[in-house]
Amino acid sequence: MTYRSHFKHKTLPYLLLLPQLLITAVFFLWPATRAVYQSFLRQDAFGLNITWVGLDNFARLLNDRLYLQSFGTTIVFTVAVAFTALAIGLAFAAAADWVLRGSNLYRGLLMLPYAVAPAVAGVLWFFMFNPSLGILANFLEAIGYDWNHYLNGRDALILVIVASAWKQIGYCFLFFLAGMQSIPKSLVEAAAIDGATPRHRFWSIIFPLLGPTTFFLIVINIVYAFFDTFGVIHATTAGGPIQATSILVYKVYVTGFIGQDLGSSAAQSVILMLIVIGLTFIQFRYLGRRVHY
Amino acid sequence: MRKYVALATMLFGLLISSLGFAQREVIWWHAMGGELGERLNEIAAGYNASQDDFVITPVYRGTYTETMTGAIAAFRAGEQPHIVQVFEVGTATMMSAEGAIYPVYELMADYDVPFDQSAYLPAVASYYVSDEGNLLSMPFNSSTPVLWYNQDALDELGLEVPTTWDELEAASRAAVAGGYPCGMTTAWQTWIQLENFSAWHDLPFATLNNGYGGLGTELTIDNEHVIAHITRLADMAEDKAFVYGGREGSPQPMFLNEECVFYFNSSAGYGGIASGADFEFGQTMMPVDTNVRPEPQNSIIGGATLWVLQGHDEEDYRGVAEFFEYLSSPEVQATWHQATGYVPITTAAYELSKEQGFYEANPGTDTAIRELSLNPPTDNTRGLRLGNLVQIRDVMDEELEAVWSGQKTPEEAIDAIVRRGNELLRQFEAANQ
Repeated sequence: MTYRSHFKHKTLPYLLLLPQLLITAVFFLWPATRAVYQSFLRQDAFGLNITWVGLDNFARLLNDRLYLQSFGTTIVFTVAVAFTALAIGLAFAAAADWVLRGSNLYRGLLMLPYAVAPAVAGVLWFFMFNPSLGILANFLEAIGYDWNHYLNGRDALILVIVASAWKQIGYCFLFFLAGMQSIPKSLVEAAAIDGATPRHRFWSIIFPLLGPTTFFLIVINIVYAFFDTFGVIHATTAGGPIQATSILVYKVYVTGFIGQDLGSSAAQSVILMLIVIGLTFIQFRYLGRRVHY
Repeated sequence: MRKYVALATMLFGLLISSLGFAQREVIWWHAMGGELGERLNEIAAGYNASQDDFVITPVYRGTYTETMTGAIAAFRAGEQPHIVQVFEVGTATMMSAEGAIYPVYELMADYDVPFDQSAYLPAVASYYVSDEGNLLSMPFNSSTPVLWYNQDALDELGLEVPTTWDELEAASRAAVAGGYPCGMTTAWQTWIQLENFSAWHDLPFATLNNGYGGLGTELTIDNEHVIAHITRLADMAEDKAFVYGGREGSPQPMFLNEECVFYFNSSAGYGGIASGADFEFGQTMMPVDTNVRPEPQNSIIGGATLWVLQGHDEEDYRGVAEFFEYLSSPEVQATWHQATGYVPITTAAYELSKEQGFYEANPGTDTAIRELSLNPPTDNTRGLRLGNLVQIRDVMDEELEAVWSGQKTPEEAIDAIVRRGNELLRQFEAANQ
């Protein structure tokens, strides 16, 4: 039986919705429309000289080897960040679920990184990995690996993946823990009585029942890795070296704000918008079906 | 009753105070943080104290890129400042914005403020003049690259200060042999090892007089000398005689840590090095590559100038013009130069510093100005006038990084720089027809 609210005045619901709709219109619809419009223009930095060029900006992008390369970089980056954050978050949640004493303390401590701003997280790890001064870099050198994220693209990518995933671990941990604690203990106990090992219990019972949580976290993590990691990259590697850490959203910024090529930047953000709409559609249509509520 | 009297008095007082003196405010956006920002605020305060009609308000807006981007965005929104400090790399963009900028020579003439262009150091002024030779922006903080060295390390290794690239290479290799993890490193590799290397040896960086002659310019650094220079650096990198430390100013810790004995950086690094080095250090002119020519030509500047933006009240610009006059006075320039390591932009300021005995008391601090005025600038050494130079610098950084990490040969990298750089130049040309 569905529950419906009944309003005495017919227009009241619309008035209540109005503030939110206004915000969505001003902060999302308006800029998005302008971006689509600007992607068809070519203009100089000051906006004194504007010409309509149709799909020229898009054509230039699709012919740009480095832009196509950033697709690959973004995919690698997103998968790595999402997988790392989810896996470690799940491991911590499983461990925290096991613990009886001091569980609140662990929860609090594990959540702390989430409160750190992305740029700050990036700088923290950047400092620890600094080839001359960082303790982690020194440690790696001691075991024989010459770490230099100024020159080595792989090292730089690892750096930003670590910094970005570190921030999200707390978030994933919290949701997984909540999910685990809503699983009826009777199911797990029944399995234990039947002789299932802890590992078997986890993967056959607990993990499948975490399906909705996992699905939700995958979506959140992908959006996070696509967009919110801008701060990490901007504060540390600035997309380098040799564009090894130039993800799509970072290229939008560099092209528009540093290169002052607003047409190309708008075109890139339109492409990015289409990608995310497509991804969300796929996720809800296909992955959503396999989740049992 | 008394409550109302008190209230009325208070409101009256507020009203009076808000009228104040009819001082006009001139907003100055800049990118000088830390020590440099303090000095800049002193200059503004000095001007404000010297007269009553105008108040200069300096506002720190972040890095050079952020300041310039912010000013452009502000202009589009109608919120632009009067004065903005733009780095030399943004010159072509600013120059092309004819409806947005107020050229300095016009400003000074319109308000009858005394202004003698010949009083400015030719190497500084020549970067910012129009085709007809008129100054478009006000020089403020100009620097040039110098070679910093660790004097204690040189004494320990028994080495002389190098004057040629062969000597520098030998000394760097000797440093590594003597136990140092790094012989030489460079900050701002694009500005120093490509742009200034070309100018120092009178090699053209781009056609049409490095872009002064028009927007149809193309890069010309794919010549044998530049390729040989990058090849030399790549060879040195294999033995750690040269160690790459990142873009812009990132390698500075490697010098201050005493990892590297030699360090290329702007002369304006003086403040940071003086406060951060626990050892005796010195600065000298950039070495010359004797394979190209026996003596150097002159170096080109880095740093920034002050551009004036249109769109404010006529009376405000009088304040801007008078502030520029104050800024160019020998005393102000000499104080600024001595504290920061930026060059004195007028000959008078340079003479004043000499009279004050500054260069005797602080040997080496006149290296920058000597490099800039070594010879009268040729068509190849006035500076660069390239559109999208910010992005071209990024391209140069990326391709050089590919060389240092062994992914490309110097020829491949420099050809890529020319190809990608020319694409950017063509886009700028198209957008600014």
